[in-house]
Amino acid sequence: MYPQELLYTKEHEWIRVDEEIGTIGITDHAQKELGDVVFVELPRAGDHVAVNEPLGTVESVKAVSDVFSPVTGEIKDVNAKLQDHPELLNNDPHGEGWMVQVRLADRRETEKLMTADEYETYVREAQKH
Amino acid sequence: MENRNHTARPHVTENEGLIFERSGPGKSGVDFASLDVPAVSARERLGAEFYREDLEGFPEVSELEVIRHFTRLSTWNYGVDTGIYPLGSCTMKYNPRINEVAARLEGLATDHPYAPEPLVQGCLRVLYETALALAEITGMDAVSLQPAAGAQGELTGILMIRAFLAERGNARRYVLIPDSAHGTNPASVTTSGYSVRNLKSNERGTVDLGDLDVGMTEEVAALMLTNPNTLGIFETQIREICDLVHARGGLVYMDGANMNALVGVAQPGTFGVDVMHLNLHKTFTTPHGGGGPGSGPVAVKDFLAPYLPSPVIERTAEGTYRIDRTRPKSIGRVRAFYGNFGMAVRALAYIMANGPEGLRQTTLDAVLNANYVVRRLADIYDLPYDQPCMHECVLSDRRQAARGVRTGDIAKRLIDYGFHPYTTSFPLIVPGAMMIEPTESASKQELDEFIEALRAVAREVEEDPDFVLNAPHTTRILRLDEATAARKPVLRWKP
Repeated sequence: MYPQELLYTKEHEWIRVDEEIGTIGITDHAQKELGDVVFVELPRAGDHVAVNEPLGTVESVKAVSDVFSPVTGEIKDVNAKLQDHPELLNNDPHGEGWMVQVRLADRRETEKLMTADEYETYVREAQKH
Repeated sequence: MENRNHTARPHVTENEGLIFERSGPGKSGVDFASLDVPAVSARERLGAEFYREDLEGFPEVSELEVIRHFTRLSTWNYGVDTGIYPLGSCTMKYNPRINEVAARLEGLATDHPYAPEPLVQGCLRVLYETALALAEITGMDAVSLQPAAGAQGELTGILMIRAFLAERGNARRYVLIPDSAHGTNPASVTTSGYSVRNLKSNERGTVDLGDLDVGMTEEVAALMLTNPNTLGIFETQIREICDLVHARGGLVYMDGANMNALVGVAQPGTFGVDVMHLNLHKTFTTPHGGGGPGSGPVAVKDFLAPYLPSPVIERTAEGTYRIDRTRPKSIGRVRAFYGNFGMAVRALAYIMANGPEGLRQTTLDAVLNANYVVRRLADIYDLPYDQPCMHECVLSDRRQAARGVRTGDIAKRLIDYGFHPYTTSFPLIVPGAMMIEPTESASKQELDEFIEALRAVAREVEEDPDFVLNAPHTTRILRLDEATAARKPVLRWKP
């Protein structure tokens, strides 16, 4: 269900780390909880993001939610397609629905993140509550 | 999603087109007398840039067509006067007609805000007495009636905190807000130049003192708290919470949106709140929503009174009333004149008609009603925070979600039973939230009807979930495609 090559946060973001570049999005669980996404607000290339600080917002028919950055770094690229097609976040959250690419300041920050298996357990536990 | 609107029938009693669609060339509501002066070219006199040639699609209709169109539309309204309006967090209570009588008294309704003080003593007294009553109810020392709604009251309150702390040398950087808060709280904080730090609720749904202890640093200006919170749960540790914030040099702001649970029973001023706002259009029975305008008075302790919006109405030693505009520390004016004056008249009428005992009884009835609803639904709907609630309760769709039916679907089906939906998907800390606030305005009979409707929907979810997923079935317009409406909004009619 959750791709093995991604790492996950407790706030339901994922990151794909490729050398010093991290690609970030929200998880399938997050998009399901949000419902139909209608607007995505992203930072600009060159902006600085800090770990656990908001990097953008996702607005659904239910709520507006912050998306927190799993890492510190500089925004290298943003997914411009989301401007006109916010539904990509619902349809393909771990792929076409990626949000930003970050040039990582410190790769060690990703060591604290969850693996796919750990995240799946985390979501299952949270739903029991 | 399939567009199901085509199933709505076009007969006038079933549906109503836009007024544009009734237009016909040359139809008019007025016959002008023939011109008895030389004609003038508007285009020449105004200049081309102010003269519009193309009033494309502007409706041409007769007077009676206009009357019938809007009269028919008016019969579609669902309001507090039609039935239970259980929208949690909104306190949709009855607006007593006596309020309207008071607000329409000639001396109150027609006075001009620029009239000299000696000529408007009655109006000034209304403002003064309203502020005085609200101060007593909240246990605070001073009140400004200026803010035009709750969110503006929040902004006013946080700006006052900022002014006070800045004068002492350090405005600080952050405001703590529990994750159950109304969305307006972080917006007010951000607009005031502060950054938001979230406090996670504990398993009881309240503020965790340990987390507050960690979060409440010397950089935090204030805690912004709603009590009872949006789960309808009273923060029983409110004194400890306020003491901790004060010990670190911060202030406590209380969002008074849920005052309907406290009026006449508990005063925020006595449990440590420094500044708060009230929603007259919730707690004090002035009209809500489109019938507004709103009113969000802000109440403060003495030490914040110098920062209140200017001007302030004062009572002189001679017993007359005056407008005090010399307030050097004031954060300034937040609304023209003295706020939405008519709302102060209505609120005062409500307060005086009830008196202290009546207000207290109102609160007890509101709390009783909410607890009655939750106890009669908790066997079929999930109750995530199972403890006595105050004026509202939060259930969840967890059991129904197993059959693919979510809170929004249940709410849509409730429309078929003739009820306004409850609040869906809020507060955010409850997945699939179903938030119900019956208020004191509902009788037991009405509550029973509402409860039976929700129980019937729960049975339908078990027997035929698709039927609920496709609700409503009895409305002129069936299920709307809310996602497309938000993604690709059509903002104007075009011919």
